[in-house]
Amino acid sequence: MATEVSRPTSRRAPRQQIGLIEWLRKNLFSTWYNVIITVVLLYVIVQTVTSFVSWMVTAPGWPAAFTNIKLLLTWTYPVDQLWRPQAAMALVMLLLGLSSGLWGGIVRMVALGAAVISVALGFVAFTFPDLPGQTSLPGWLFMFICAVLLVGGDQLARLVGNKLRWPLIIAWLLAYPAVILILRGGIGLPVVETKLWGGLTLTLILAVSGIVLSFPLGVLLALGRRSSLPVIRTFCVLYIELIRGVPLVTVLFMGALLLPLFLPGGESIDALVRAVIAVTLFSAAYLAENVRGGLQSIPKGQVEAARALGLNVVQTTLLITLPQALRAVVPVLVGQFIALFKDTSLVVIIGLVDLLGAAQNIVGQPEWLGTPGGVWRETFLVIAAIYWVFSFTMSRISKRIEDQIARSRH
Amino acid sequence: MSGNGSSEPIIICENVNKWYGNFHALKDVSLRVKRGEVVVICGPSGSGKSTFIRTINRLEEHQEGRIIVDGIEMTNDIRNIDAIRREVGMVFQQFNLFPHLTVLQNITLAPIWVRKKTRKEAEAKAFELLERVGIREQAYKYPGQLSGGQQQRVAIARALAMEPRIMLFDEPTSALDPEMVKEVLDVMKTLARSGMTMLCVTHEMGFAREVADRIVFMDQGQIVEEGTPDQFFTNPRNERTKLFLSQIL
Ligand SMILES: Nc1ncnc2c1ncn2[C@@H]1O[C@H](COP(=O)(O)OP(=O)(O)O)[C@@H](O)[C@H]1O
Ligand SMILES: [Mg+2]
Repeated sequence: MATEVSRPTSRRAPRQQIGLIEWLRKNLFSTWYNVIITVVLLYVIVQTVTSFVSWMVTAPGWPAAFTNIKLLLTWTYPVDQLWRPQAAMALVMLLLGLSSGLWGGIVRMVALGAAVISVALGFVAFTFPDLPGQTSLPGWLFMFICAVLLVGGDQLARLVGNKLRWPLIIAWLLAYPAVILILRGGIGLPVVETKLWGGLTLTLILAVSGIVLSFPLGVLLALGRRSSLPVIRTFCVLYIELIRGVPLVTVLFMGALLLPLFLPGGESIDALVRAVIAVTLFSAAYLAENVRGGLQSIPKGQVEAARALGLNVVQTTLLITLPQALRAVVPVLVGQFIALFKDTSLVVIIGLVDLLGAAQNIVGQPEWLGTPGGVWRETFLVIAAIYWVFSFTMSRISKRIEDQIARSRH
Repeated sequence: MSGNGSSEPIIICENVNKWYGNFHALKDVSLRVKRGEVVVICGPSGSGKSTFIRTINRLEEHQEGRIIVDGIEMTNDIRNIDAIRREVGMVFQQFNLFPHLTVLQNITLAPIWVRKKTRKEAEAKAFELLERVGIREQAYKYPGQLSGGQQQRVAIARALAMEPRIMLFDEPTSALDPEMVKEVLDVMKTLARSGMTMLCVTHEMGFAREVADRIVFMDQGQIVEEGTPDQFFTNPRNERTKLFLSQIL
């Protein structure tokens, strides 16, 4: 393929080389008051860091998170079925590895990051207790297998090359229902009710479902709000403004309490499904507004050029305006997805136990009552780190996409 | 001159009227363009030149009068509009290239989606056109990485890729730096000499003199005067034309 011809190389001006001493003098010690500020801040930073590190090292509560890692990750998912979340995760890791080999770039960064984290966690997991009746692989072995799937998938995809493109896209589309099927069971597998689900698994399912489902819905709402048909436009405006006028908690409560009243047979709707619906409906309204902002930023000439070329309304939207609008709002959308990911912790209120809920529960376990100061600091630091890894990954992805778009503009 | 082929007009505009709200933008505009003819439209800013040529491919809707392009009458029927748009290519003052697509993708998009060509056919044609407008080596760049003159040549190639019978140009060189005007005009001249039917809104009088078969002068929504370049430049009849020419020549 000759498609990579004449892309511009780095546009950064060559950085001027200055010595470290020179830099320090110019930026930190240029005047007497800068000297004072530098010294004081340095003292504060060193104090904070050293006391934090020494606390980390001596804190007695770390075992709480690690001995309960099963609860944090899967909550009350049956111990004898734990191989199923593992299989689901292995599937995703394999697809991620293959995608990394095929598409490179940011996907490879994510896959590599995941592999490194897997290996690191693998070593940590040596210390994890085996669970009685566990049919799954031990944690450390599974983490190493994840790393192997990531790296192996990457290598394999590089060997096979572009033939893999469509199968892989289709596999990704099927991955979501496949994961749900593996976790929930049904066809041949014993059913694991969603009320047993929880922990990080639940958080991820809520977030991914919310993102995957609210995206098309939000785009449709945004297009509908610009529609020339008054009925559609009014409906979209009403919907968007109504949802944006209330907090997520309210929508969650409405999903949990009102939905069963309105829908025939609503009580039988799974609590998790209700939460997913609520998160999706909520997120879609914000997404619609963001996408609309992007659509408005597209100059009229773009549509005119497309129409003059004979593209119809649908083609113009799908090929010209929407792609440009979405590119324009990538940072905002990813920011919104990060917020959604963290906001899923609100489902604790309607009785679901996500990562945060599991942590709260662990902190209250009687066995930690004797620990001086309790274990909540250590436990919440662990889950904060988990939230951070995912949020940071998303924000990196956003940055990379932005850079790529910027590069095509100059 | 290049006024060859069948003498049946390819564009017929009869008493076209258009209003923006209460503002009467086009007043009884009538024009017939023969196959292969090159017509230059000029006139002061706000005189309705853009509005007029944009009615020909229905970027603007006219309210009264008839427009017939290559035997197809412009009605509200979307099939007629689409049929006409397939016959008519357009080049804009602001280029209006699609910034998220490469030059090659810009050119092949409509042939693939509208003409249902295969990617291979469309790309072969695109390279041929890029060769013709002299920027084959830029095929894989994005519009934002090209100069204004190059962008406008891509825009011309993009319109030509649909194999139109008529090309509309709306001040194609007005947004260009002076040193780039020539490269675009050269492409347009070659196109004019190849027998393409062209309707150009432009103030490039050198271009008009060299390749136009006819010059149409518009003012306040009306066609005030039309004639061959010779008549138009040496012997304008209308006072407003004289005033206009004295200002731009
Ligand atoms: N969308 C519009 N709404 C209202 N008035 C318009 C619109 N487009 C153009 N006009 C008016 O119509 C007149 C003709 O405009 P235009 O065809 O762009 O002139 P030209 O191309 O000759 O400079 C101008 O007075 C302009 O203000
Ligand atoms: Mg104009």
